[in-house]
Amino acid sequence: MAKNLTPKTTILDAKQMARIIRRMAGEIAERHHGNLGSVLLAGIRTRGVPLAEKIAAEIERMEGAKLPVGILDITLYRDDLSTVGPQPQVKGTHLPRSIDDCAVILCDDVLYTGRTVRAALDELIDFGRPRIVQLAVLIDRGHRELPIQADFVGKKVPTSQSEIIEVSFLSTDSTEQVRILERPTAK
Amino acid sequence: MTPETPIRWRRKDLLGIAELSPAEIELILDTAESFSEIGERAIKKVPTLRGKTVLNLFFEASTRTRSSFEIAEKRLSADNINFSTSGSSLEKGETLVDTALNLQAMAPDLVIIRHAHPGVPHMLAKRIKAGVINAGDGAHEHPTQALLDAFTIRRHKGRLAGLKVAILGDIEHSRVVRSNIHLLNKMGAKVTIGGPRTLMPVEMEAMGVEVAYTLEDAIRDADVIMMLRVQLERLGRMAFPSVKEYFQLFGLTTARLAAARDDVIIMHPGPMNRGTEIASEVADGPYSVILEQVTHGVSVRMAILYLLSGVHEETV
Repeated sequence: MAKNLTPKTTILDAKQMARIIRRMAGEIAERHHGNLGSVLLAGIRTRGVPLAEKIAAEIERMEGAKLPVGILDITLYRDDLSTVGPQPQVKGTHLPRSIDDCAVILCDDVLYTGRTVRAALDELIDFGRPRIVQLAVLIDRGHRELPIQADFVGKKVPTSQSEIIEVSFLSTDSTEQVRILERPTAK
Repeated sequence: MTPETPIRWRRKDLLGIAELSPAEIELILDTAESFSEIGERAIKKVPTLRGKTVLNLFFEASTRTRSSFEIAEKRLSADNINFSTSGSSLEKGETLVDTALNLQAMAPDLVIIRHAHPGVPHMLAKRIKAGVINAGDGAHEHPTQALLDAFTIRRHKGRLAGLKVAILGDIEHSRVVRSNIHLLNKMGAKVTIGGPRTLMPVEMEAMGVEVAYTLEDAIRDADVIMMLRVQLERLGRMAFPSVKEYFQLFGLTTARLAAARDDVIIMHPGPMNRGTEIASEVADGPYSVILEQVTHGVSVRMAILYLLSGVHEETV
């Protein structure tokens, strides 16, 4: 993925990430106070999953409530599958419980065009009828192509379209940081 | 930083196992693993192949394979159209090439074909832009059956490499056995085939398998036993004196199973002839995974439809 990309800046280190995720977990716990028992965190593959797990761990530490964490693989719901190129790998969706009447909080690392979230919403609805669906993202980088907004945002980062936000988690990338990378301009 | 790039599927068609690499086989099996969850949902449908058209051409009778493909297509939201032998233009004298060109004119995205003559899917694949999936060509190959068999074995044993697999019965008329031998050999399993000499073609040893002429020799220490249907309708000359005698020598019974490993699994591609190649007590017994094969067949075919539909002519 990081082919031909030049790193520009590191915007968050591991410590700052931990602090932001702790704050997001606090906001979620506050918003769902008294109803935490019916909240389910659903991480969007790949890096929404470690985010959901970290939020769940923070909420458990703060509130003593262990929230179930599900995994959504939105590949089969993408709107760009028929464009030229071999199919992306499908790794599967796993939801630990029925989502009927639950508050489902979709978790993803970066909110950009909103197309991933659109796909995730479509997939989620195939599994049942949640009471409410909310969105938690670590980075909101703008440039939406659909009317979608996040309920819980770690950090807003204004970017240009030639930039890429790279979120790394220890469990998926053996380092923990958020960087801005620059795509090569010459074509 | 990023994990090693997984391989991508780049073939327009799936015509046989012989030409696949172990990595391609693994990609199909891993993808099928992800699709099997869809069959367990309340709403068993994903929008992935919305707007794609799939033609199911069955020039030979089939219940299981055809309905399995149809279900797989529907679960992926593809539109499907079924043709079968009776009533098709081939019966009215059209050549296969003309049929192919006419089908091409309808611009399907994928064509599933079963035909009594080996090589027909290959011919079709060369003539049309759509991806072609071989659903059985004569006694040549039946790749999706071998893949669903491998998927079922992997589910139970966790691996294919190092397993001893015995395949028994009417080897001569079986396309299932040929596809399975290719696949199991590539994945590092050890294959023994067994059956009456009259149904054992001479070229089999050249495929890199052991040949046994008694059931006991074939299944000794086997992790997996695959029974093949005795294709009574294809036995032009008498290959054995009677069904009763065949069952006495090559029918799988509980007593005979003792020679295999304690955790052996019994498979059959269907349709079964109870009392010919397999006893009911075995077919319905604790070692049988025959109905699981049918369930997994849908997941495997969904995976293949998915992978093939991502390959467009420009990228081939």
